[in-house]
Amino acid sequence: MSASEVLERFRAQGTETCFHGRHISPQIYAGLDGRNWRLKDYEARGGYQALRKILGLDGGPGLTPEQVIAEVKESALRGRGGAGFPTGLKWSFMPRQFPGQKYLVCNSDEGEPGTCKDRDILNYNPHLVIEGMAIAAYAMGITVGYNYIHGEIFQTYERFEEALAEAREAGYLGPRILGTDFSFELYAHHGFGAYICGEETALLESLEGKKGQPRFKPPFPASFGLYGKPTTINNTETFAAVPWIIRNGGKAYLECGKPNNGGTKIFSMVGDVERPGNYEVPMGTPFSKLLELAGGVRGGRPLKAVIPGGSSAPVLPASIMMDCTMDYDSIAKAGSMLGSGAVIVMDDTRCMVRSLLRLSYFYMHESCGQCTPCREGTGWLWRIVDRIEHGQGRPGDLDLLDNVAHNIMGRTICALGDAAAMPVRGMLKHFRSEFEHHVEHGTCLVSAHG
Amino acid sequence: MIPEATKARFDREVAKYPPEQRQSAVMACLAIIQQEQGYVSLEAERDLAEYLGIAPMAVHEVTTFYNMYNREPVGRYKLNVCTNLPCQLRNGGHALEYLAQKLGIGVGETTPDGLFTLQQCECLGACADAPVMLVNDRSMCSFMTDERLDQLVDGLKAAEVQK
Ligand SMILES: NC(=O)C1=CN([C@@H]2O[C@H](COP(=O)(O)OP(=O)(O)OC[C@H]3O[C@@H](n4cnc5c(N)ncnc54)[C@H](O)[C@@H]3O)[C@@H](O)[C@H]2O)C=CC1
Ligand SMILES: Cc1cc2nc3c(=O)[nH]c(=O)nc-3n(C[C@H](O)[C@H](O)[C@H](O)COP(=O)(O)O)c2cc1C
Ligand code: SF4
Ligand code: FES
Repeated sequence: MSASEVLERFRAQGTETCFHGRHISPQIYAGLDGRNWRLKDYEARGGYQALRKILGLDGGPGLTPEQVIAEVKESALRGRGGAGFPTGLKWSFMPRQFPGQKYLVCNSDEGEPGTCKDRDILNYNPHLVIEGMAIAAYAMGITVGYNYIHGEIFQTYERFEEALAEAREAGYLGPRILGTDFSFELYAHHGFGAYICGEETALLESLEGKKGQPRFKPPFPASFGLYGKPTTINNTETFAAVPWIIRNGGKAYLECGKPNNGGTKIFSMVGDVERPGNYEVPMGTPFSKLLELAGGVRGGRPLKAVIPGGSSAPVLPASIMMDCTMDYDSIAKAGSMLGSGAVIVMDDTRCMVRSLLRLSYFYMHESCGQCTPCREGTGWLWRIVDRIEHGQGRPGDLDLLDNVAHNIMGRTICALGDAAAMPVRGMLKHFRSEFEHHVEHGTCLVSAHG
Repeated sequence: MIPEATKARFDREVAKYPPEQRQSAVMACLAIIQQEQGYVSLEAERDLAEYLGIAPMAVHEVTTFYNMYNREPVGRYKLNVCTNLPCQLRNGGHALEYLAQKLGIGVGETTPDGLFTLQQCECLGACADAPVMLVNDRSMCSFMTDERLDQLVDGLKAAEVQK
């Protein structure tokens, strides 16, 4: 066997993470089996009908760009990249009559620890993202787009390139799409290992071939984006939601979720669950139901805590989490955030100090170094948690931790600073006694397996 | 000097961007260099800068900013094991230790035969597949239990002998 054949045997097949048949009313993952990602399969599932519909190619009158945006607004689709910004509103910010080039960018730089949903979308349903982007381009009068794909998922990038070639060949991309006046060209671009490039303005810098250091906002990309031109950036899952909305109407999408939180959402269930994987469910699904879909806590152990929205979100203890529904508003009310939809589950054997230590290391490692509070503060946080974990904690360390976190929050160019600080404050809020025990006794109350 | 075949690969990347924005292709070109040469040397950076029409420093800034570029030669197989929290909860840390023991090297080191370099890394975006590792930047390997790690390492060694 050649080396590449050996490596191929270890490639994920998606059976565990995506084709388990335990989604609820899926729209994005519906009908996938891992082999049917090609154009002909996508068309057989009704693919590219939404694009044909807005272009008036199937007998109907077509939709104007304004009508497309109105549908998306009515759907209450909110950005799936983490901030939950209303997508229709963001699209309406794009200057209509701008004389120069405008750009559309898909953020597939998924790197928030716990998050692995966009990879399965791109691997198993790449044309859905292409169609969603084409519709967005039409709505905002954009002719060029890029999909920025996380460097670590290179095979996914290669597959997306293949899907692009198919779409071009069939006339869904390129000049005069399907014989109409609408033109849109789309390219794939890959990263090469920098979490910060998921932040939209760092991503733009990276697309320009530079270090991925975030820019000040405002101006937002809608007025100053790629190469200084008006640019709209959305997450992969956001674009993937669009064809369904156009086919079935914004109202139907809204109704499938709950008010202000339209549609389905994909949750990456990771950590101590029986069956880790991606689960697509309607917004507002109870957390308990989601946990049940993932087979419950591993080994039937008691649930201790959950980080509900990727590593940047504050941790919530089991008691609070079990009362939450999975949507932006419910999780925010509980004191955390839905974020990127990564649900990190921890059982009763997990030490919170040790968990926070690993996350603090991550943020220190990934800080781009531009702002002092983040560059220095993330190092401070890590060093303090490190000494607490290793039995060298000092009296006052917990107040110091809180103080450092407080001094980072809101004082940085991008949200990575907040992302480093929020988990610290969440841990101290809900699991302070565990940290105190470490400091006082130099030992751990809970013993971790694995 | 950049070989013609490599230049053709560069050209395909450059074609994705507006003509005055050749710099946008720098990351992809560096990844191609790394795939072909195993790492990015200063000389390769200078050649690429010339090809793209940008300052060598502009290329160097990119090589040093992004985690995946090798600025020194590495083993024939670079193994990157994710140890971030979601993976750590599912034996990611153990996978790294197991490999270190099996290969008889520390994290960050290369085996004496030059076959394997072992590194830990941050989230690969495949957390539900934990333990996960990336081999030579391009091949993601999922569900890496001890048994599968054995199969992988032994399989790659066997492939070398066959050559
Ligand atoms: N998916 C992932 O892997 C990760 C996701 N995140 C998430 O990212 C979030 C933070 O992202 P940010 O982009 O900093 O949030 P943000 O709130 O600054 O922006 C959200 C989106 O709305 C747009 N926007 C907001 N206000 C606007 C205005 N007045 N005019 C025009 N456009 C406007 C922004 O351009 C952006 O596209 C966090 O909540 C976190 O959950 C963080 C790390 C990784
Ligand atoms: C440090 C950091 C990392 C981010 N990483 C990602 C990411 O990997 N993917 C993503 O879609 N958004 C990420 N975001 C959010 C983006 O800045 C932006 O809000 C998002 O792409 C907008 O798309 P949406 O409106 O569809 O969510 C990140 C934000 C920060 C602060
Ligand atoms: S907050 Fe951190 S990552 Fe963001 S710009 Fe400042 S230093 Fe860079
Ligand atoms: S935490 Fe390891 S792949 Fe995401």
